[in-house]
Amino acid sequence: MTVFTNVPRAIEKAMERSSAPSRRDFIKTSGFLVVSVAAAACTGTSTTTESAQGAGPYPDVDFRQVDSWIVITEDNTATYYVGKTDLGQGTGTAFRQIMSDELDMAYDRTSCVMGSTDVTVDQGGSGGSNALQRDGYPMRYVAAEARRALLDLAATHFGVPVAALSVRDGVVSVTADPDRQVTYGQLVAGRRINATVTGDSASSVRGEAPLKAVQDLRLTGQPLPRYDIPPKVDGSLRWAVDVKLPGMVHARNVKPPFAGATLESVDESSVSGLPGFVRVVRRGNYLAVICEREEQAIRAATELRATWQRPATAPFPSSENLFDYMRGATPTYSFDPRIVGTPDAAFGSAARVVEAQYEVPFQGHTAFGPAHATADPSDGQMTIYSNDMKSYGLRDGVAEFLDMPRDRVRVVWMDGPQTYGRTAADDAGFEAAFLAKEIGRPVRLQWMRHEETAWDTKAPAYVVSMRGGLDAQGTLVAWEFDARAADHHHVGYNEADTVLIAQLSGVRREPNRGRASAPSDMYGIPHRRTNLQVVGLPLVWETPLRTGNLRDPDGPQVTFASESFIDEVAVAAGADPVQFRLQLFRAESGDDDGFKRARSIAVLEAAANAYGWEARVSPRPVGTGEVLTGRGLAYAYRSQTVVAQIVDVEVNRRTGRVWVKRLVCAHDCGLVVNPSGVRATIECGMLHSLSRALYEEVTFDEEKVTSVDWVSSPTLRHTDTPERIDIVLVNGDPNPDRPDLPMYGAGETICKPLLAAVANAIYDATGVRLRRVPFKADRVLAALRAAGV
Amino acid sequence: MAVITLTVNGQRQTVDVDPSTPLLYVLRNDLELRGPRFGCGLAQCGACTVLIEGAAVRSCVIPASGADGAAITTLEGLATDGELDPVQQAWIDEQVPQCGFCQNGQILSAKALLAANPSPTDAEIREGMAGVLCRCMTYYRVQAAIKRAATLIADADRNAGSEVAG
Repeated sequence: MTVFTNVPRAIEKAMERSSAPSRRDFIKTSGFLVVSVAAAACTGTSTTTESAQGAGPYPDVDFRQVDSWIVITEDNTATYYVGKTDLGQGTGTAFRQIMSDELDMAYDRTSCVMGSTDVTVDQGGSGGSNALQRDGYPMRYVAAEARRALLDLAATHFGVPVAALSVRDGVVSVTADPDRQVTYGQLVAGRRINATVTGDSASSVRGEAPLKAVQDLRLTGQPLPRYDIPPKVDGSLRWAVDVKLPGMVHARNVKPPFAGATLESVDESSVSGLPGFVRVVRRGNYLAVICEREEQAIRAATELRATWQRPATAPFPSSENLFDYMRGATPTYSFDPRIVGTPDAAFGSAARVVEAQYEVPFQGHTAFGPAHATADPSDGQMTIYSNDMKSYGLRDGVAEFLDMPRDRVRVVWMDGPQTYGRTAADDAGFEAAFLAKEIGRPVRLQWMRHEETAWDTKAPAYVVSMRGGLDAQGTLVAWEFDARAADHHHVGYNEADTVLIAQLSGVRREPNRGRASAPSDMYGIPHRRTNLQVVGLPLVWETPLRTGNLRDPDGPQVTFASESFIDEVAVAAGADPVQFRLQLFRAESGDDDGFKRARSIAVLEAAANAYGWEARVSPRPVGTGEVLTGRGLAYAYRSQTVVAQIVDVEVNRRTGRVWVKRLVCAHDCGLVVNPSGVRATIECGMLHSLSRALYEEVTFDEEKVTSVDWVSSPTLRHTDTPERIDIVLVNGDPNPDRPDLPMYGAGETICKPLLAAVANAIYDATGVRLRRVPFKADRVLAALRAAGV
Repeated sequence: MAVITLTVNGQRQTVDVDPSTPLLYVLRNDLELRGPRFGCGLAQCGACTVLIEGAAVRSCVIPASGADGAAITTLEGLATDGELDPVQQAWIDEQVPQCGFCQNGQILSAKALLAANPSPTDAEIREGMAGVLCRCMTYYRVQAAIKRAATLIADADRNAGSEVAG
């Protein structure tokens, strides 16, 4: 059995009926013989959430009941209910693999329901590349506990001890008499599994039954094809954009034309005569128009006459002046310096000091499909159909924003476009729910392209100054990283007081201090100083330059600086960049948490081997032809995952165009559940960073964002794709055969090093060092000409 | 309002809409198709692609009236008799999608590309697909899938040819 959608059938039916089903309806209509989810949910044993529980239709699912996670039907199929969301990296397939392994169930007799808050436990949705590293373990423990309980039932059934039983693919047999068989489905028919697990939250669930040794896992490690791909290819998948409810109307926002603008007046008569007009809804500076049909709403949003007043002072500098502004601004927050050794003394006695400054602009999510959600306000409840990767947070935030009990709000997670962090999907979910409650009808809201590109959350811009001190032998002995991040008031996920509609409505709180991050490496440098500061733009609220998490939120920026700089230092030391880094790894012999240093060495060596690296100093002699070629390397880790990347570039000295012709990646994320899924994630994540390296930059004048579509906000295209990509999955653990080899995260570490790898390769090809991202053709050309190349 | 007749995936359908309505909304909201999707509304990304008389067309910018009487194929209509189109099969074989939101445009553009050029070079694939965007960056896989699809189609044609000959 393969279920091609993550939407429970009962919810699909509910969409058709437009009436919110109770959890009992769900069980009744989905045809399960085991009324486990309902029963478990109604026991209300969750202590952490009791205060929010009332008489609403959507009580929290009890994560301590195995029946909340696994439902086995009489035909011996299992459905896994997990509180995660799959953003296209194949985590749903991986969940089925790890749970089926622990349960001893055949993979193709399982399916997975994810992230719908009324039927799945709260694992927080997605984020932090922790699908397996953190949240895979509760799934494995629950499945192991279910297996233990089922074997107990089988022992009773056969009248033999559990030790006398064997199980494979959901069929239990008496080992000494293999003809005596019973399926899991037969064992639980009409009953709950009735086992419990312990833990303070769904993220920390543990069971009595031990996990299997890695060597005993049969599905884990197999490159099984993703179950969600066929319906994405044949057109049968029902996406969040496809939700259609009886009586549903369409809404479009009217965004302020200038950042910080005040809405003075709205002339409703400018659109009230248009076909299909339903309502103009305003709340402070939030403005939307609702019509019966989608194209009518788009037209009305375009034609609605509104008067906006500009703010008294400029909301921000122009993008061309951003870095000067950041250098000159008074920080809104300064972290305490982090000091290792005695950097001042080390710099004082250094034989040579290298300095450089790097700049990374704001970069957006610019999701391929604009933010959207559909909200159904029927029967005193609120259902939001959304692709938001954190469906539970969306539920909690909307409940707070609308002042509704949480058990009257649910979020049904469905597939959607490109969700790599805090996207505008959060904002659209709140807006759709607000509008639906206002007009008492189901509302489908979708942002337009210009809204998405201008107003989604941005990865913070960085200015980084670096210094390195070399001793007489060319060893890096002192290192200083001094960063300023334009990240004051970094918005969180689904916060009722920072989502865009709240800001536009005038909700204010104390702005958060924002963040600035240091790079992650395992280099043994004896004297280090890290200074991190946050700066703010003049306009803090209601600004399109609001910062939020984007796929390793600060990693690409700070690693661009740190790994470009290590390359610059290697050049100054007259060293090959691979050898230089290996020496830095080996210079340290102290604590090696998770064998990260040993694994860094293994990964770097694996990348160099896969590439066919021959040692030499950069740059190579500049060629005489129109196209110059070079190679570049960079490395990083995140949490416990280690990555090294090497690129070959071609730089066209006539046009300035940079093409990454070959891309090599060595990657260690511990135990790999699905190598096919990990390889695809690595490949696509690297190209995402390549797009950021070559093209992406939010542009703005002194009143508005000016990058608003795919012409003004260019992205990587087919024509930019490398000719060849090689990915090596390494396991650098000193004992890769150990039975408890951990699963680490993938998806974000790969995004860190690539910007620096490309810059290092451009330097190798041309002898010209680019210290500002992105490496657009005109900037590359200007740099080459300035250097006489 | 105007009555417009469209032949979508082989079925004749009539809709009564404002004739300036972009075809995309008629397909999605009146005919309940899920393949074409809104990405930009500006013909810049390809999410809304449909085949009209075999040509890949951006349905977000052409008025429904412009397709009156035309034969339209959407992603849902590529399969024949329950058998996936070779392009779709190649997409599954190469495990192309990440989020998958753009893949309607990738697949239908590839279909049109291969119809015009059954054995494209790497450079022709890159150039031919340059206007179809993917923000999950599945480009490398898309290109591999197009090459695989070309082989699948050629093999199928050869087999069909030998059956006729036999």
